[in-house]
Amino acid sequence: MKKLRRKVYMVAGYNTVSMGTGRKEFNPKKECPGLEEYIKEAGQGTLKLIGGAKNVDECAIGNFMGSRFNKQANMAAFFPFIDEGLRGKPAIRVEGACATGALALMTGIKSVLAETAEVVLVIGVEVQNTVKAMYGADILAGAGWFKDRKEGHAYFFPGQFSDRAGAYFEKYGRDKTRKAFARWYRNAIENARLCPTAQEHHNTTKDLEALAMMEPNGRSFVDHLNVFDCSKVSDGASSIAVVSEEGLKRTGIPKEQAIEVLGFGQAEEDLTKKPVEQTELTTSKLAVKTALESAGIIISQVGTAEIHDCFTIAGVMAVEALGLADPGKGTDFILEGNTARDGKFPINTTGGLIGWGHPTGATGVHQAVTILEQLTGKAGDSQIKIPADRPYGLTVNMGGNDKTLVSIVYHRG
Amino acid sequence: MNYEERLQNVSVLGAAGKMGSGILLLTALEMADLSLKPEGKGKKYVINAIDVSDEALIGLMKYLRTQVLKAAEKKIVALRSIYKDHPALIENSEIINQYVTDVISLVMPSTRLEAALGSLLIFEAIKEDPALKVKIFSYLIENNPHQPWFFTNTSSIPIGELDEKAKLGGRIIGFHFYNPPAVQKLVEIIPAKNTLKEVHEFALAYAKNLRKVVVPSNDVAGFIGNGHFMRDILYATREVEKLQKEFGFVEAVYAMNRISQDYLIRPMGIFQLIDYVGVDVCSYILSVMQSYMKGEELHCALLDQLLALNIKGGQYPDGSQKDGILKYEKGKVTGVFDSKKKDYRMIDELKAKVDERLGPMPSAQPWKSIVNNPGKEEILKAYFAEIKNAKSPGAALTKAYALKSREIGIKLVTNKVAFNEKDVNTVLLTGFFHAYGPVNDYLK
Repeated sequence: MKKLRRKVYMVAGYNTVSMGTGRKEFNPKKECPGLEEYIKEAGQGTLKLIGGAKNVDECAIGNFMGSRFNKQANMAAFFPFIDEGLRGKPAIRVEGACATGALALMTGIKSVLAETAEVVLVIGVEVQNTVKAMYGADILAGAGWFKDRKEGHAYFFPGQFSDRAGAYFEKYGRDKTRKAFARWYRNAIENARLCPTAQEHHNTTKDLEALAMMEPNGRSFVDHLNVFDCSKVSDGASSIAVVSEEGLKRTGIPKEQAIEVLGFGQAEEDLTKKPVEQTELTTSKLAVKTALESAGIIISQVGTAEIHDCFTIAGVMAVEALGLADPGKGTDFILEGNTARDGKFPINTTGGLIGWGHPTGATGVHQAVTILEQLTGKAGDSQIKIPADRPYGLTVNMGGNDKTLVSIVYHRG
Repeated sequence: MNYEERLQNVSVLGAAGKMGSGILLLTALEMADLSLKPEGKGKKYVINAIDVSDEALIGLMKYLRTQVLKAAEKKIVALRSIYKDHPALIENSEIINQYVTDVISLVMPSTRLEAALGSLLIFEAIKEDPALKVKIFSYLIENNPHQPWFFTNTSSIPIGELDEKAKLGGRIIGFHFYNPPAVQKLVEIIPAKNTLKEVHEFALAYAKNLRKVVVPSNDVAGFIGNGHFMRDILYATREVEKLQKEFGFVEAVYAMNRISQDYLIRPMGIFQLIDYVGVDVCSYILSVMQSYMKGEELHCALLDQLLALNIKGGQYPDGSQKDGILKYEKGKVTGVFDSKKKDYRMIDELKAKVDERLGPMPSAQPWKSIVNNPGKEEILKAYFAEIKNAKSPGAALTKAYALKSREIGIKLVTNKVAFNEKDVNTVLLTGFFHAYGPVNDYLK
């Protein structure tokens, strides 16, 4: 990929709480905030930091399945609801399953690169607690090919990744892999405890790994994963501004409070096909490779990554797709403590999808906000030390079963 | 006739009642599952929901739809494979809706007893009235050409008597669900002396398919569950009579309710449990049991006095608790009925005084934190050791109550109601959700 024709930055990140089971204030029996409340909170959060709506040229909103979870479409028209100052400005809604958030970011990045905008307000949002889990599973199954739904599991995506876990167990051994899952869960929750907006922020379980070792039960759920191997049902929104150098000046934000987009990789795989290889995330691997190459760096220069751990098995395979470990060795890499916040390659420092939460359409934006906070030293209790010789941050946002992929490489501005 | 055939035409008498509706639900689900098996294809399954009023049956159908939906949602993993050959049913929601339709379509509501004349199996969950039961059974056995089997949910009447008086020829068994049947894991199975072997075998198979915990009981009025519960009531009310001289009536009721709940670490106090079951129901069960047990005083004057004042308890159709001996607000006990003033006195007003009389509260943990605690055995041992050594009036009442409960349990075995002490404990643990069985050595 050619070098980016212009510098692109991200600033002014904002996350709502990732709401759902686990949060003390969550009560599904009472009326919960809707889509528009989350959009408004996140959007206003970013607008406040960039000097208001007058500084915005364009808007992009990512949402996966509001058409079914909330019976709502035409979401770009919520921007003027956030702030009257956005009336009449161009806006777009994008969708790419769980990679929706990063696609919204890419929309902003490309607008800045195309020089149609200097400041793009980007929001990702999903409100999923409107239905019970077994109906939510139907809705989320839309990230797969609908013609595969009939033969799929009741919990479609847990079923898909359970099959991957089963294949991984068979190829590389079950015991160690399950232990790595449990460690992944523990890291996720421990990180989430440090982040006030995380869904698992209030989690007080003492022995997280012992809990996560619970045997999977295929009769009530799936064969190879238990509930702790899965990200939860979440409501939430994240917001950020994608800006040019001109945009930085306009919003008055100093460069050191921004992150610069150094490169990105986008990749699609055929929705109608089974995975090329059950034990590998081949499309993720391609997207990461493209992102690193376009940024002109190698993985060992990256200080922290936000990766798409919708399931623990996806976390293990993503570690391998990043090139941090050989196929089958991702489990060792995790069990040796490398991915923990004090390890040599901290991953998902605010909890990731399992710990922070997974409001599907918002996740890609949330990942960017976490990288922004970490690289600019604004991560509060979640802050990790970014080594001087490894100053880069990387995100991987995945839609469906390794189908729609976006990976972005960042550096402090 | 095999198991599946027996379940092709079933009736539930008293189907709209508290117990009947649960029995109907569980049986309809079991029948639907049989009908949806490959070998069930083309076979007709019918369950008649029989009760006295249209209104009650309309309510029943609403209840049923909600409950079947919940059951379907819970077993969606299994349902997907059951409906795998239906190409039009793709999403969970479509499969769940189809299952609800399939279950509900088996149910034929009726206010006419004649509807049961085609049935092979008849569940009975009507009023605890021996004469009424005999009358209905006699009618059905004389007029139903299929020699149906009767599963009675009686909790107190000896099965052998119903068998003989209605001339059922052993085609009857006690199949006693606990309230609510859809939730409670326990069933007591009570064969009469002449119950046919195949009826008993079917009962065990049916209980197993419903994933119930079965406790066998001998055919002695009250069986194990009420055998313990009723005597527990008698003990508590007699204690109230003693205590009221010193405490006053309202205070004594509050004190014994507190002892039986908080001090004994039970899910409900004894007077709350009486209200839950119904003061009238408890009184009636006692009178039925009394008629079979001449040597034992099973009459409870206090319950009769309260009934005379129209204090009944029981539940509203939505399952919430009606006021009875105690007053309830949002499910919480807030008052006690004062039989002199004929009104409730609020617990807030008397709590401090009574608690002071009971003395310092031992370090009891609430039932909720004990019942599923894997370390409960040790916690309970330590707790009762503390009770044993404590000198307070509250501890003394607790000790006496626990020992009485133990004695009642042991007598159920020596009087050959239960086969062993373990069965007694299982009934209290499973059917009454106690954290520990009454027959224990904690106070030894």
